[in-house]
Amino acid sequence: MLAPVGLTVGGVHFGLPELAAGAMAVALTGYVLTGGADFGGGVWDLFAAGPRRQAQRALVAEAIGPIWEANHVWLILVVVLCFTCFPPAFAALSTVLHVPLTLMLVGVVLRGSAFVFRAYDARRDETHERVQRRWGLLFSVSSLVTPVLFGVCLGALASGAVGRAAAATAGTFADRFVRPWATPFACAVGAMTLALFALLAAAYLTVEADAAGDAALADDFGRRGVWAQAATAASAAAALALAPASMPVRDVITGGAWAAVLQTVTLAAAVGLVLALRGRHWRLARFAAQGEASCLLWGWAWAQFPELVPPGGTAARLAAPPLTIALALGTLAVGTLILLPSFVYLFRVFKGPARGAAAGGGGA
Amino acid sequence: MTDLMAARAQMAMSLAFHIIFAALGIALPLLACAAEWRGMRTGDPGYTGLAKRWAKGTAILFAVGAVSGTVLSFELGLLWPGFMRHAGAVVGLPFSLEGFAFFTEAIFLGIYLYGWDRVSPRAHLAAGLVVAASGALSGIFVVLVNAWMNAPVGFTLAPDGSFADVDPLLGMRSPVALAQTLHMTLAAYAATGMAVAGVHAALLLRCATRRDAVARRFHTRALSIALAVGAPAAVLQPLSGHYSAERVAVTQPVKLAAMEGQWRTEAGAPLRIGGWPDERAEQTRFALEVPKALSLLAFGDPNATVRGLDVVPRADRPPVLVTHLAFQLMVACGSAMALVGLWGLWAMGRARRTGLGIDARPRLLLATALSAPLGFVAIEAGWTVTEVGRQPWVVQGVLRTRDAVTPVPGLVVPFLMFTALYVFLGVMVAFLLWRLIVATREAGTPAGLTREYPVPLTPAEPAAAAS
Repeated sequence: MLAPVGLTVGGVHFGLPELAAGAMAVALTGYVLTGGADFGGGVWDLFAAGPRRQAQRALVAEAIGPIWEANHVWLILVVVLCFTCFPPAFAALSTVLHVPLTLMLVGVVLRGSAFVFRAYDARRDETHERVQRRWGLLFSVSSLVTPVLFGVCLGALASGAVGRAAAATAGTFADRFVRPWATPFACAVGAMTLALFALLAAAYLTVEADAAGDAALADDFGRRGVWAQAATAASAAAALALAPASMPVRDVITGGAWAAVLQTVTLAAAVGLVLALRGRHWRLARFAAQGEASCLLWGWAWAQFPELVPPGGTAARLAAPPLTIALALGTLAVGTLILLPSFVYLFRVFKGPARGAAAGGGGA
Repeated sequence: MTDLMAARAQMAMSLAFHIIFAALGIALPLLACAAEWRGMRTGDPGYTGLAKRWAKGTAILFAVGAVSGTVLSFELGLLWPGFMRHAGAVVGLPFSLEGFAFFTEAIFLGIYLYGWDRVSPRAHLAAGLVVAASGALSGIFVVLVNAWMNAPVGFTLAPDGSFADVDPLLGMRSPVALAQTLHMTLAAYAATGMAVAGVHAALLLRCATRRDAVARRFHTRALSIALAVGAPAAVLQPLSGHYSAERVAVTQPVKLAAMEGQWRTEAGAPLRIGGWPDERAEQTRFALEVPKALSLLAFGDPNATVRGLDVVPRADRPPVLVTHLAFQLMVACGSAMALVGLWGLWAMGRARRTGLGIDARPRLLLATALSAPLGFVAIEAGWTVTEVGRQPWVVQGVLRTRDAVTPVPGLVVPFLMFTALYVFLGVMVAFLLWRLIVATREAGTPAGLTREYPVPLTPAEPAAAAS
């Protein structure tokens, strides 16, 4: 067996379980910044409007087509890390949040398959347009619902309701499996998640439209980015107001030196984003959107640290044996060495400036 | 329906659905790469067109496979939190490795599907090969988890039922790990290869195709590549199946007894072909019995003692009827495929020497077309054997399925919901693939095959199809 390793900084112990929790937060950030934006793209497919409606939809489809499957794997990575390194946490989460997670899965399945069905429906005739619209509707509605359910689950976890309900062994179905997540706070977090994903997508799409040389289209998404920012701010304020007094992380979010730093950075990113969108600095806007999303996520993670399933469920208490965590982190390190260059390659091929530079592979 | 039955039904349905897409996702990229490679070597755009056609099919199948796989990874917790609470620390490692293999697969699939005009032909083919290799690897890692459930190692059991001294690396070296991964990987290539070969053989049998030189060449090439992948795997599969059964005989004697309908412990046990196990009378009726063959096959000794179902109390026995019938079905399908595979390989060898193409053998084409679904029937039956045959255990001898199930009530609701969802998806995928195939059937017209299959006709072939 491995000897316990780690170091203590400012009264907080960082060992293998804490490292694994940090890795999960990184993977979750990866999912929000990539997969989340793909869901946001679906939202803008649903709300496509104005004279350039078709161009907006086409840009969304073109932007997420080659990358959404790879982006989606971040979610699987979070799940796998959770059940490998923190099996009791995974068991508690998937038991208490059975209903919203199941519904979220339906959304994941419908979003992905409707998107690919729409892209690969080979028929070209008069009914084609109608069939395409039907798949498009399924794709965009499931893109709207899934992030809300995802956020509801995170909200229920942060509120401490999951931890309390997991400990209970008696009670009605509603008490054990509905009330923990059907709260105003969790719903506000769900709305915030949706708004944030839409915000990320809008910011990314301005860059894509600009790279394609369509300034009007970039402006369309610039405006949508500002709307999404307003929605994000409103739902974040609602979540803060609705946070239950008993919420374990409440104090950390609203007070303390770290909280002040994070609040300042988040606010700066949010204001910077709106200014960048107004001034058509699309790349800066994209960076600011990523910064804002990361700050919100890490603010929550830090507020909860070292608890994984509050109240009381610390990383150390829920951790798998040290050897398991060490191997999982080792796998993660080796895997990252392979994945990171692959990801860079993928994004360079499809998002890089030099499009179509390489010779065609046999004529399309 | 009890909650336990509903949970088992939902898991079985999710696995049965996903395994089809997983198997296709392992082998189809290899077929596409083989076609692309031949296209590069011969400079014949016909092969490149074929690769593109298969890549389109891969795109649909991979997406459905990816999302149904996501459902499974969540269902491990949604349905079996007791299993994950105990086993997560052991089986998490192969699942993590699978996660990375899948990540690599998804990244390079994006490049393969969308990058025809964005990367060099060499880089494109390399991306396809990475997809094929990482697809096979991720399948192997997942099967390693199943092998562990069948013959668990790498931990000691504490008195309270929790696991101690967990060693995830040792957990990946279950005694049945090699047998299971070999059997499943071969199954993916055999089932996919023979199914694709069957589809193109069926199209070659059509009169319209036979009159059309372009379509005929297209399907003949597709058939020969699919056979080259599927037939060797189908021929080797009975050998790996034999090895697998030998391992089951040692590690899971009760499962073997259920597979063979062997109720009583017996020296010189016969091999039962067919038959109907009567669970009440505890005997297998109407079977064709080959004397001493089971003892010989399982232990290499005609007089070896084969343990029967009577070595465990009734409560610890799996459903014998289902296990036995599924096993017989798998063996029957696999044997038929191996014979068709041998025939196809022989015909391809003859074609090289005599010049008589495989498209000129209507009986072989018919046999290949008829065997198209057999591989997938065999895969479903085989998973039924390994999963139902392990009951009432989820981890053999360690954790019972009923102790692993979630306390959430009303599980019949998600079961029906996912069943409806998967039926819908299955119908849609079949419909879209059928339309992809129909597009080639309408060859010979300007809007048909010739558009995306700009084959230069050789002088020997009159330009019957050129527009």
